[in-house]
Amino acid sequence: MSVRRLDPNQPESFEFTPENLEWAKGQMAKYPERKQGSAIISLLWRAQRQHGWLPEPAIRYVADMLDMDYIRALEVATFYTMFNLSPVGDHFVQLCGTTPCWLNGADDLKQVCRKHIGEEGEVSEDGKLSWLEVECLGACVNAPMVQINDDFYEDLDAETLERILSDLRAGKDVKPGPQNGRRSSEPAGGPTTLKDSVSAGKAGGE
Amino acid sequence: MTIIKVDGEEIDVAPELTLLQACEAAGKEIPRFCYHERLSIAGNCRMCLIEVKGGPPKPVASCAQNVRDLRPGPEGQPPELFTNTEMVKRAREGVMEFLLINHPLDCPICDQGGECDLQDQSMAYGVDGSRFHENKRAVEEKYMGPLVKTVMTRCIQCTRCIRFTTEVAGAGELGAIGRGEDMEVTTYLDQALTSELSANVVDLCPVGALTFRPFAFTARPWELIKTESIDVMDALGANIRVDARGSEVMRILPRLNEEVNEEWISDKTRFVWDGLKTQRLDTPYVRENGKLRAATWDEAFGVIADKLRELKDDQAAAIAGDLACAESMKALKDLLGKIGSPHMDCRQDGARLDASSRANYLFNSTVAGVDTADMILLVGANPRLESPVLNARILKAQRQNGARIGVIGEQADLTYPYDYLGAGPATLQDVLDGKGDFAEAFMKAERPMIVLGQSALARKDGAAVHAAAVALAKAANAVREDWNGFNVLHTAAARVGGLDLGFLPGEGGRDVEGILEGASSGEIGLVWLLSADELDMDRLGSAFVVYQGTHGDRGAHRADVILPGAAYTEKSATWVNTEGRVQIGRRASFPPGEAREDWTIVRALSGVLGLTLPYDDLDALRAAMEEDAPHFADTDMVFPAADLPDGEKGAFDDAAFDTAVKDFYLTNPIARASRVMALCSAEKSASLSAAAD
Repeated sequence: MSVRRLDPNQPESFEFTPENLEWAKGQMAKYPERKQGSAIISLLWRAQRQHGWLPEPAIRYVADMLDMDYIRALEVATFYTMFNLSPVGDHFVQLCGTTPCWLNGADDLKQVCRKHIGEEGEVSEDGKLSWLEVECLGACVNAPMVQINDDFYEDLDAETLERILSDLRAGKDVKPGPQNGRRSSEPAGGPTTLKDSVSAGKAGGE
Repeated sequence: MTIIKVDGEEIDVAPELTLLQACEAAGKEIPRFCYHERLSIAGNCRMCLIEVKGGPPKPVASCAQNVRDLRPGPEGQPPELFTNTEMVKRAREGVMEFLLINHPLDCPICDQGGECDLQDQSMAYGVDGSRFHENKRAVEEKYMGPLVKTVMTRCIQCTRCIRFTTEVAGAGELGAIGRGEDMEVTTYLDQALTSELSANVVDLCPVGALTFRPFAFTARPWELIKTESIDVMDALGANIRVDARGSEVMRILPRLNEEVNEEWISDKTRFVWDGLKTQRLDTPYVRENGKLRAATWDEAFGVIADKLRELKDDQAAAIAGDLACAESMKALKDLLGKIGSPHMDCRQDGARLDASSRANYLFNSTVAGVDTADMILLVGANPRLESPVLNARILKAQRQNGARIGVIGEQADLTYPYDYLGAGPATLQDVLDGKGDFAEAFMKAERPMIVLGQSALARKDGAAVHAAAVALAKAANAVREDWNGFNVLHTAAARVGGLDLGFLPGEGGRDVEGILEGASSGEIGLVWLLSADELDMDRLGSAFVVYQGTHGDRGAHRADVILPGAAYTEKSATWVNTEGRVQIGRRASFPPGEAREDWTIVRALSGVLGLTLPYDDLDALRAAMEEDAPHFADTDMVFPAADLPDGEKGAFDDAAFDTAVKDFYLTNPIARASRVMALCSAEKSASLSAAAD
């Protein structure tokens, strides 16, 4: 985790779309009067969804909506790494570099990202891709893995990640989840325990 | 009460105390950085660790646990705390080592040196060397305005400043961005602090991260002579400590007084000291051929005496301004009495206040009483600008007791939410008639307060507004044995003292308005301005003007004779604050050049005129003041004023209440001479115009 700063290039202003505004008002209504500030994370998240990343005018906009001091909203936006304070690509790759993934070849994946996208934190020239190394995303059993926007891509190696990135760039559909044919987090080479109970009829045993 | 044992000694303490307070009650010193009595508890510095017997086998942050949460021993023995065991010592040493990991070793060039909590406590808990070999954290420079200088690399993230601005000053301006090691205390995008109480964060900062920018690199705390005194920037009479080196005032700090300012002072109070050194009148001046020239005291007195001889007795008049001490007003009043003129007034702003009863013009609920109020109605008052420290009390009343606040007058940002009722006296009448939801609640409130500001009084219908406010206080049953909810908030340190001493028109005498009119028309021949600068000097016409004061400001520019006086830090002087508390300020340095203490000037002139006043020293003068107003004998006390008489009802103007303080940073000659105050004023108007865009 490095020092998080607002991007030097900021849009002039920010406003929710009518649908998002409606949704935001619904969120605010969940909390008692004068406690609307509790909706801050939901609203900032929605703003990031709408804009792609979280610009400074959006922080002020949300703070005004919730009747909070600007600095309080900025505290939240800079605290949580889920808020991107600088532009990201259309497909934002969060690459897990924590120990299990690292032991299983996360370094190779980083090389792929460098080659296909550019340096960490930079958006590729076509604006489609950007990547960031992050701490554990909680999918260690399928290490190494990356998260691209909302989906996990697991059991990767250099080749599969390269394919995913170029497919994404080309606008083709890609399948989230394990990329080596394995189903969710089941053992890679088939069951290793409770083999008896797997075959029908013998279940239950004596 | 709960009996606990601290280091083996039994002590009986209130169960709602924190362990830290309980240990202090037992006489044990607990080191701390983030804990502060007047702020919420953060519990993040971990310096106040102690050992609790029977608790978990680890040290406990004593600031964040209450006595009532302690468990007794197996046979019902009192709970035991230890503050001096090996475990406690080692735990605190560990905390200190972590704090020092990222703290720079720049004490020799740090302005906090000598009064630094971290420096002091590292003498007890610090280790002599560092085991840390990695890179130290460095934090980018932050900007917080012209008053607070920042070196944020020194910050230990105690968050006292953040809690102060949010909870006491009521302006959520400071915050901590980032997280973990990268957490940084800053304002939103490096904007300047706008609160009038902002520099109190420097007092709170336990390290040198926040220091006074105007005081940077000028003096070390141990070379300053500290004098306890009283502030005169507003009518609150905040208790201050004036730090001087030689004859120079170097800085002003707050002094603890629970009844008045707790431990806060406004930025104007704190940083006005550079105004004490510039634009000073250091010798008498006499106007000759339209130009002022430096003169001796004898010459100046001679000119005044000649002029008085030319005039009839009742052609002389005097106006006392905002910074006149009680002693000088008493002397001048007596001198005018001897001359035989009834024309004098201390209500420089023209406030229609009737001084026949003290209750008419005092802040009767007392400043500390604000804490207990459950409803507060501000009429023509903007306490944020007229008395920022009092405003913090009102905010506290709202936060802690849920006091409901209503405003009639200017709709300004007071740092707390309020019910805006209206702009002028008509609204006051509506409240008196019980119209509206606020009025209904006000009538039923247990401890309601009306705060009447000077802008509601300094107008033609001021007396009628006053009478209506008194009527409202009585209608709401706010004036009774145990509570007086009628309050006048003054803006000038001199005002209550002047009213107490009767520096007011005598029989057939003229008030400020009358004196100015008389001067324009030529009926008044001589006007003595005692530190009076907030007047329309053009209206003095061709009158002969004697200006007695400290700074070359509006009054001195108009004057025919200038008598240089002593500023509030340069004399032992009596001030009466808005609640009627008599306080004595002490001398921290000497007046410059030929300037003299103000009462001695009047006394010396009385000798020249052959009307010698009957006091030769301060004690005799103060004894004479006590004869006029007995409460001057008891300093630092508030006496409940006698009954509040009904005022005479009158017709109202339609005009909205104006604001008494237009530019908070430039309200008096000392502040106008201050470079720092000018910077603050510019910063404020810049941020206001930016907000308007």
